[in-house]
Amino acid sequence: MRYNEKELQALSRQPAEMAAELGMRGPKKGSVVKRRLVKLVVNFLFYFRTDEAEPIGALLLEHCRVTREEPSGFCISFVDTERKYHFECCSEEQCQEWIEALRRASYEFMRRSLIFYRNEIQKMTGKDPLEQFGISEEARFQLSSLKA
Amino acid sequence: MKLNERSLAFYATCDAPVDNAGFLYKKGGRHATYHRRWFVLRGNMLFYFEDPASREPVGVIILEGCTVELVEAAEEFAFAVRFAGARERTYVLAAESQAAMEGWVKALSRASFDYLRLVVRELEQQLAAMRAGGCPPPPRQPHALLPKENGCAVWSTELPATPMVTNAGAQPGPELPPLPPCRRTSTPSGPLDMASFAQLHEWYGQEIRALRGQWLKSRAQP
Repeated sequence: MRYNEKELQALSRQPAEMAAELGMRGPKKGSVVKRRLVKLVVNFLFYFRTDEAEPIGALLLEHCRVTREEPSGFCISFVDTERKYHFECCSEEQCQEWIEALRRASYEFMRRSLIFYRNEIQKMTGKDPLEQFGISEEARFQLSSLKA
Repeated sequence: MKLNERSLAFYATCDAPVDNAGFLYKKGGRHATYHRRWFVLRGNMLFYFEDPASREPVGVIILEGCTVELVEAAEEFAFAVRFAGARERTYVLAAESQAAMEGWVKALSRASFDYLRLVVRELEQQLAAMRAGGCPPPPRQPHALLPKENGCAVWSTELPATPMVTNAGAQPGPELPPLPPCRRTSTPSGPLDMASFAQLHEWYGQEIRALRGQWLKSRAQP
């Protein structure tokens, strides 16, 4: 699949929601843990060799599941394949922080949050808060757009 | 750069409703010929396929940090998706009608994750302000109704145990509606954490009602 790699590289240089050096183990059988600089930018997780400016790779974080892994790590797995990416943190707190951030880091999560808030505000005020943005008619923000 | 392309392709073709879709002409890089492709906008990703029946996209344009503008081009109804930076590529696309072009320009210029996040944060603040004690939303708006005390019985401030409803492989039978998705895989955190049980019940209930409506409609078709 073709993709605009230059833009993805530019994105990897943007300010990150979360960035840290973590242990990372890829999905291939027999892969070992390597130290990587891991950076969360919008719905992408970039990973770099610790001394390099360009990322080795990126993970799009849609339709993925983030689970705890003892002792203080987490695993990102994708719904459609069995590929699992394992990460090791240096503390419980760091681990918890990352898990929470990653669970919120998808466009789909944002969309559901928006629909939720819109609904709540509409119930409280009788007004649609999206009208001020001029996006109240967009299909992607209707309740019926939620994934079946 | 490695990219989880299989999951990207899954995101492109999964069952959820898309944010916009239609035929567009895309100008090829050096050759200046337009190719007609089936475009699908989902989230901040603009996928393009050979045609609507294709199983896998030909490519994807990641839409963070772009601007969308009208362009002067030989092709009618043309517009451009432009990225900042000296040597960045500009994608020139052309729709098949004025209305389609306007629809695409609107959809693409608001497709970024950044934009959505801004809107969500704004709403989050509005809701928090309202809950905190009836502060009206930003002054520009007409006077909002003072929120009454939630209105529903607060059963518990904790999330109820998420029901283990799964989309198991075996379908029970053609007459039953599709089961709602397994909640576990996308455990909501954040806004829904703070909701009362009654709110959550209402919230999930709406999704069920919408799904049921879709199912009833699909049954009604021959």
